Amino acid sequence: MVIKYSIKTALNGLKTHKSRSVLTVLGIVIGITAIILVMSLGQGAQDLILGQIKGIGARTIATVPGRQPKGPTDFISMFTDSLKPADLLALSQKKNVPHADGIMPVVFGSQSAVYENNTYRPTIFGATELFSKIYNIYPEEGRIFTNDEVKSYSDVVVIGSKVNIQLNGNGSLLNQKIKINGRNFKVIGIFPKQGQSTFLNFDEAAFIPYTTAQQYVFGKKHFDRIVVQADTEANVAQTVEDIKITLRNNHNITDPTKDDFFVETQAQAMATVGTITSVLTLFLAAVAAISLVVGGIGIMNIMLVSVTERTREIGLRKALGATEKDILVQFLLEAIILTALGGAIGIILGATLSFIISLVLTKFLAVNWVFSFPVGAAALGLGVAAFVGLVFGIYPARQASKKSPIEALRYE
Amino acid sequence: MALIEVSHLEKTYNDDGVSTPAVRDISFNVQKGEFVAIMGPSGSGKSTLLHILGFLDRQSGGTYRFDGKTMDDYSPVELARVRNAKMGFVFQTFNLLSRTSVLNNVKLPLLYSGIKESYWDEMAKKAIEDVGLSHRLDHESAKLSGGEKQRVAMARALVLDPQIIFADEPTGNLDSKSGQMVMETIQRLNEEHGHTVILITHETYTAEHAQRVIHILDGRIDKDEKVISRRQSEEFIK
Repeated sequence: MVIKYSIKTALNGLKTHKSRSVLTVLGIVIGITAIILVMSLGQGAQDLILGQIKGIGARTIATVPGRQPKGPTDFISMFTDSLKPADLLALSQKKNVPHADGIMPVVFGSQSAVYENNTYRPTIFGATELFSKIYNIYPEEGRIFTNDEVKSYSDVVVIGSKVNIQLNGNGSLLNQKIKINGRNFKVIGIFPKQGQSTFLNFDEAAFIPYTTAQQYVFGKKHFDRIVVQADTEANVAQTVEDIKITLRNNHNITDPTKDDFFVETQAQAMATVGTITSVLTLFLAAVAAISLVVGGIGIMNIMLVSVTERTREIGLRKALGATEKDILVQFLLEAIILTALGGAIGIILGATLSFIISLVLTKFLAVNWVFSFPVGAAALGLGVAAFVGLVFGIYPARQASKKSPIEALRYE
Repeated sequence: MALIEVSHLEKTYNDDGVSTPAVRDISFNVQKGEFVAIMGPSGSGKSTLLHILGFLDRQSGGTYRFDGKTMDDYSPVELARVRNAKMGFVFQTFNLLSRTSVLNNVKLPLLYSGIKESYWDEMAKKAIEDVGLSHRLDHESAKLSGGEKQRVAMARALVLDPQIIFADEPTGNLDSKSGQMVMETIQRLNEEHGHTVILITHETYTAEHAQRVIHILDGRIDKDEKVISRRQSEEFIK
């Protein structure tokens, strides 16, 4: 039989049982919608997180004091004061770390900030003028502090948008004095609103020169991080090695397993996060796939009912010259059309829902979420749906094709 | 050569170890163009015989040749082709696709025929004209009267111009007037178009439209006789 007529016949068969066809398709629609939704949101989440890490810069290398944690119970409790000014000095020298483009010590902690009668506890970062460049964030009002201000232990602060709001509502604090740990700081810059961020929440932070932070705010001599920026991405690995060698020299460490510091790169963080979100997405998609199987069994059930109900029609077609293959193709096509239709609707529905969710996230939660349509997942979903139709349709279709024409014609 | 050659045909049904003979040692020939009625009470084995003649069922003994060939000479696909091109079936319960138009019902055998689609409409319309239903072309078959339904079924049986038409109690579900009209049509097709017809019935007045009646009783041929006073009701023929 001509394939065009096979499809027409199958469509007619489905049309005569409209409500039944619609309900059958529903199972597949739900399954595919769930898969597309999970894949699309998973992709969005991954893009978001990776984007934030990228924002920090692929050339950025963070040296962290303490031993690298080896498991969930292995806290970074030892040697947390292992990064000393001598290390900063050593790392700053071109002969030790030739590919360093910039080096920035960081100290941080939580401290109260007071303005008039308002108190807020932002995270205080002590850093250098480099952090704007490294984190790619610049004040909306005012300026960042200068190298001179760092050297001279100046009492200047650049605050995040939420710090400003908490201390002074909608009025700008630029050029006002706020008290941090009882010391007066002049607000010289205010950062723009960043929204929810996974790693560094700039909105709730205040940046001051690290010298001032060490001396007057936290009273510590060591650093919590030493951030090094490599000159090119290609030189990141070399620079990591240079940093390790320099610090081991400085700390008299010969056995690398006894390091009292560790070095993190963004590439590592991205790889880790990428793996975690991919695994999570896959897991959720697998859960969603179960509903597809359930939908497939639903299709098989309905097709079996349909075959029994249309026994006479099958007998008639056979008596009129239909071969077993003709009957098989007709019923198989019905199942595949049902599932493919369900798949197509599911893809549209899933993508629409995902788009709405991305809109909600961007508009109302101020998350920098980018809607992504997972073309691969859509193709996979459609393929899986048609495959489900084939697998669960073949049994009823075979049952139909094997019917003897006289038995079928006698069937009441 | 006779179109149909039946010799010592046997058919026994085996159900759970109980064997029931339905056809016992039946032999007869049917020539091209003949109109034969197979008559007998219900349970006499006449439907079983028709199924074997129509290559829908297989005999348990004896031989049956259609156009010189037995069922075993064909593959299943070739059997479907023979049924499609050389045989036409008319059933007691019409067996039309109910929510489908008259035209599309008649087209059904064409779907499986391998004939080019561009000829389908013309062929189907001609067959519908032959049974006098041209004015019902686009009607849903479910909305037709019983007599009209049976005539659609006949158009469907005719559309590929088969060598033989098998009619299994075609008037069984019809009132006498509609039944009469259906029989007139069958008779006319036999006389004007030369189709060989094998008619199954349990009614004497229906059988009397045929040229020859084979009486079957308990699976055996009881009598094989020529119809002397054939029914001719010309007034029903258009």
